[in-house]
Amino acid sequence: MAILTTEDLTYQYGIGTPFQKTAVEQVSLSLEEGEFLGVIGHTGSGKSTLVQMLNGLIRPTSGRVLLDGKDIWEEPKKIRSVRFRVGMVFQYPEYQLFEETVLKDIMFGPKNMGLSEEEARGRAVEAAGFAGLKKELLEKSPFELSGGEKRRAAIAGVIAMDPDVLILDEPTAGLDPRGRDVLLSQIMQYHKARKNTVLLVSHSMEDIGRTADRVLVMNGGHKAMLGKTREVFSKGEELKALGLQIPQITAIMHRLKELGCPAEDCVLTVDEALHTLASFLKARTAGAEPAGSEE
Amino acid sequence: MISDITLGQFFPGRSVLHRTDPRIKLCLTVFYIVLIFTAGNFYALGSVVAFVLLAMACSRVPFKLYLKSLKPILFLVVFTAVLNIFYGAGDPLLQWGFIKITKNGLLNCVFVSVRIITLILVSSILTFTTSPTQLTDAIERLLKPLGKLHVPVHEFAMMMTIALRFVPLLLEETDKIMSAQKARGADMESGGILQRLKALVPILIPLFISAFRRAFDLATAMESRCYHGGEGRTKMKVLKMGKQDALVLCCVTLFFALFLTLTLALPAAR
Repeated sequence: MAILTTEDLTYQYGIGTPFQKTAVEQVSLSLEEGEFLGVIGHTGSGKSTLVQMLNGLIRPTSGRVLLDGKDIWEEPKKIRSVRFRVGMVFQYPEYQLFEETVLKDIMFGPKNMGLSEEEARGRAVEAAGFAGLKKELLEKSPFELSGGEKRRAAIAGVIAMDPDVLILDEPTAGLDPRGRDVLLSQIMQYHKARKNTVLLVSHSMEDIGRTADRVLVMNGGHKAMLGKTREVFSKGEELKALGLQIPQITAIMHRLKELGCPAEDCVLTVDEALHTLASFLKARTAGAEPAGSEE
Repeated sequence: MISDITLGQFFPGRSVLHRTDPRIKLCLTVFYIVLIFTAGNFYALGSVVAFVLLAMACSRVPFKLYLKSLKPILFLVVFTAVLNIFYGAGDPLLQWGFIKITKNGLLNCVFVSVRIITLILVSSILTFTTSPTQLTDAIERLLKPLGKLHVPVHEFAMMMTIALRFVPLLLEETDKIMSAQKARGADMESGGILQRLKALVPILIPLFISAFRRAFDLATAMESRCYHGGEGRTKMKVLKMGKQDALVLCCVTLFFALFLTLTLALPAAR
């Protein structure tokens, strides 16, 4: 069942000034319950504006956002309850930390939901675990943490609200390769454990290829493509025309296939590629040598 | 939203006023403000208003933006106007208990509100048609003589430039932090004064931290480009006066002359 649906969502900036610009135009999509949707697109393609409309931080110029079939702007006074259900982690979320201790900062969201001190604390500790934050860091000031730890703390602050839909806007930007991998697997684990819906905005095709069930491609404020990850990444040429790429491993395997290796149409992860190549090589060594001489 | 504040925001364009030398614009604005406060009768006041309307038309900036710039001070205008009505000297036109309204008070009310409104409008014209860099350039150039008295004019101008440059940046930052905290359910729209002040903490602390971070970054960037103060520094765009600037200057001076005649030759309203 679709949990979040948009209908002809449009947003214009600075109406009536020379800076007027349409950031998002006529985007309709539906987010299935429990799916992992990746959003890719060039800088300025309207990704960030789009996701901010999904939890009511930006009010669309026209079009509707439906959460469980109900327009989120039907009662503007209750928009906060929408934000608790659709959690949003911004780009560089570490700049939103402000409390005396990490734990208190993570508890900010749950407490705003009206939970008691104990409940909020319980949720915060749990969320810190999901985000991979070490226990001994919880009593420290958030400003003593390293960049990566701050990022985790900020993400935990949103996870602690236990949202049905979690939106992450470039959560791995500015992290080192190891930090990226670890954070991404943590998000995947969280997604699997909670079975909630996740929407990941990223510039990294590798990240999307590894994680997403479906991919939304944005271009110039429009929905350019929406489909299963494999379908989208098998259209390498079209993506290139939009200034985007396919994951490196997908490109390599594609080339190998052209050279005669019987790979699948669209390989998304290094593990998959390894399996395909290993079985291909095995079959070839077996075929090249006379039967019976296997070692 | 915060980005709706227009007071002191540049509106790019190619109008006569946009192209006029910022030094002239700055001087004329200051001079005009003096005139606003010397206007003693209705003819003078009328001509002041007419002039500001004409200049607004010349700037080719949408009228709506000017109205927007007036919005923040509307309360001040109404407040002072109402106060002035009741504090006039002379015979009362209307008396009700200890409250009395005099002709003098009514006149004061009109003059004060027109003065404040024109004051804001004329400074809006200046800031709408002049980019912040041009403005500080003009200030630096005009204050240069003070350098002889060991006043650090360049440093002052540089501080102004940086401060002005940081206003939109910090506004944007505030917007971002506000969104982030709102996404965590921060409630900034309801509650009493105390609650609202408390709701500001999650915004102000990250904002201060980011302001300091940016300041340090900027200092490093300036130092690594060998910035060492104003001595021997040259400008990429040197301000030059042209024919058009002379024309603007002449027109406005003519108006000022007319204005002075009106003020001096005709009797004061009070």
